[in-house]
Amino acid sequence: MSFPWAKQYEPSNGLTKFLDEKLPVPRLVYNAVGAGYPVPRNLNYMWNFGVLAGFFLVLQIVTGVVLAMHYAANASVAFATTEHIMRDINWGWLMRYAHANGASFFFVVVYIHIFRGFYYSSYKAPREMIWLLGVTIFLLMMATAFMGYVLPWGQMSFWGAKVITGLFSAIPLVGEPIQVWLLGGFAPDNAALNRFFSLHFLLPFVIMGVVIMHIWALHIPGSSNPTGVEVKSESDTVPFHPYYTAKDGFGLGIILLIFFTFVFFLPNVLGHPDNYIEANPLSTPAHIVPEWYFYPFYAILRAFTFDFILPAKLWGVLAMFSAILLWFFLPWLDKSPVRSGHYRPLFRKFFWFGLIPCMALLFYLGGAPAEEPYVMLSQIATAYYFIHFLVIIPIVSQIEKPEPLPYSITEAVLGSDKKAVLGENTQPAV
Amino acid sequence: MIRIIAILVGLGFAVVALVSFGVGAYTAATDDAPDTHLPYKHPQDVNYSFDGPFGTWDYGQLQRGYKVYKEVCSACHSLKFVAFRNLGELGYTEAQVKAEAATWTVPGIDPNTGEASTRPGEPTDYFPKPYPNNVAAAAANNNAIPPDLSLMTKAREDGTNYVASLLVGYQPPSEELLEEHPEAAPGPGLYHNVYFPNMNLAMAPPLTSNGQVTYDDGTEATIGQMATDVAAFLTWTAEPTLVKRKQTGWPVLVFLLFATILAWFSKTQIWSAVKPKKTKA
Repeated sequence: MSFPWAKQYEPSNGLTKFLDEKLPVPRLVYNAVGAGYPVPRNLNYMWNFGVLAGFFLVLQIVTGVVLAMHYAANASVAFATTEHIMRDINWGWLMRYAHANGASFFFVVVYIHIFRGFYYSSYKAPREMIWLLGVTIFLLMMATAFMGYVLPWGQMSFWGAKVITGLFSAIPLVGEPIQVWLLGGFAPDNAALNRFFSLHFLLPFVIMGVVIMHIWALHIPGSSNPTGVEVKSESDTVPFHPYYTAKDGFGLGIILLIFFTFVFFLPNVLGHPDNYIEANPLSTPAHIVPEWYFYPFYAILRAFTFDFILPAKLWGVLAMFSAILLWFFLPWLDKSPVRSGHYRPLFRKFFWFGLIPCMALLFYLGGAPAEEPYVMLSQIATAYYFIHFLVIIPIVSQIEKPEPLPYSITEAVLGSDKKAVLGENTQPAV
Repeated sequence: MIRIIAILVGLGFAVVALVSFGVGAYTAATDDAPDTHLPYKHPQDVNYSFDGPFGTWDYGQLQRGYKVYKEVCSACHSLKFVAFRNLGELGYTEAQVKAEAATWTVPGIDPNTGEASTRPGEPTDYFPKPYPNNVAAAAANNNAIPPDLSLMTKAREDGTNYVASLLVGYQPPSEELLEEHPEAAPGPGLYHNVYFPNMNLAMAPPLTSNGQVTYDDGTEATIGQMATDVAAFLTWTAEPTLVKRKQTGWPVLVFLLFATILAWFSKTQIWSAVKPKKTKA
């Protein structure tokens, strides 16, 4: 599972020897995130975000469990118990603001983690399974976050639940019964709130399970790196501990500084004021918008406004789900033998001047009102989004001439004489 | 094969999105629907003591704002998440809180008969609601239910400024506005207000004359003063922990900054052995 030069765990005293024999948890930790896991020595700060995502998952579970001790999932008191947490529970406001902003920061670090994967083609063989599990985690996160946003039972909670479950009504024939079945009624009410709470409590632990598989799958080929060249020898790697624990520790400090600036000084800027109004089925908010981290996909959903053979709503729903599901196929769409965007001139241009502006635009448009020119812009951005992943990536990977790769990670770090660089080593060593 | 399917699917979604774009662009170009956005104003920026990362409560202002709520707003608006005991946080002593609570009448039960009755408030009671139910509230207010004010400043964009501006924003619609937007004329029982998103609301101007409330601290009770004071009070009701939150934030950030600097030095220390030395080429 690991490189032959990986350090071996040696229990040093009676207790660790006892444990190593009966239940070798210390050995597992040592090999997973300790000195027993050799990691490429050239990882940049983009490689911090996996650990940071793990941190925010744990933070969400800890704050969430505490909040659940004081919250009541009943439509008649949910809004009041949320205020009870904010006003009467000791440090309840801190728990709730940390949980609400923690969700946002979880998505921030996961989005960066995913786009790191896009740029460095981390999804390519032999790491397809890590990628598939990662996309699964992202889908589970979206479901969990959506249901969590319903729990305070504010106006956006209620109308968001109504709009999102309403998407299922776009399915021909069985759509309406499915929506009623999901909600346990014709509109979001106590039945919906209760099941959302139950699932919102369950899914984080499912995510934790998939995360463990994600890390397990990662440890088989080992971490990728910014050159995309595979590890060849011991000089290419350093032990995870202390090198990357130290580097991740610094990264964690930086993200926590930003996170707590939001929690203590700007706790509501990422939320919507309407969610401080109690849910009212008789009053529709002027603009129903989801949380900011769903904006790109919400923009794609709303981009389809014309009944082209199928109803526009069905197109929107299909496109929204496809926009994420297509990520599952990336390892087989991108056939370029070179991983890193550093050495792929054409791919790199489409990434920086195509995908990134397209995503920025979709993030902006998902929160904008459904009127012109926002709708027309989102239609163009949506078209580009699908063309980028499904047309440009396969074609570019076929026609592009990659730049020469370094011979090894060590060489990329320390430099070498020119002859080695000019070697025709455009194939990554497997 | 999978790539050919992908290209077809990708082109399919792109074409449908672009057809929608074409239809939308054609409609936008040929249809000159009038602009339905009413030119309502964004709230004016007022400086409050609790603004900014070092903000603190101005107890004098909060007490004045409480008096405005009690004498004006509370006739129609409830404050259901706030209890009289919370008034202790505005700088009142325990005895003052008790006396203040007793000036309110709250629903109670007659201890002899068990019949519903009323009694003077106690610190543990929550602020009473002005109407027995929503139907009564709507009937008394031209079919509009006066919203609860506990969270009002958090439930609106730029809420504190919005509340203060709305209270002084009543004025008859201008000629130019009615020319461009005839729908902006106030209907029966509605009042024109330049800060309200659809420019007409069912709430009659609540602050109508200077000196409407007599302040205990001698501050001149102009309409603007009363509006900013009650907006400050409602900021406190929306988030009584606001100042504590900011004050807790500083030690946390200072500690984290220190820890992060230490983490940086330990990182450079640990990596110095394997980092390539910078040498002149």
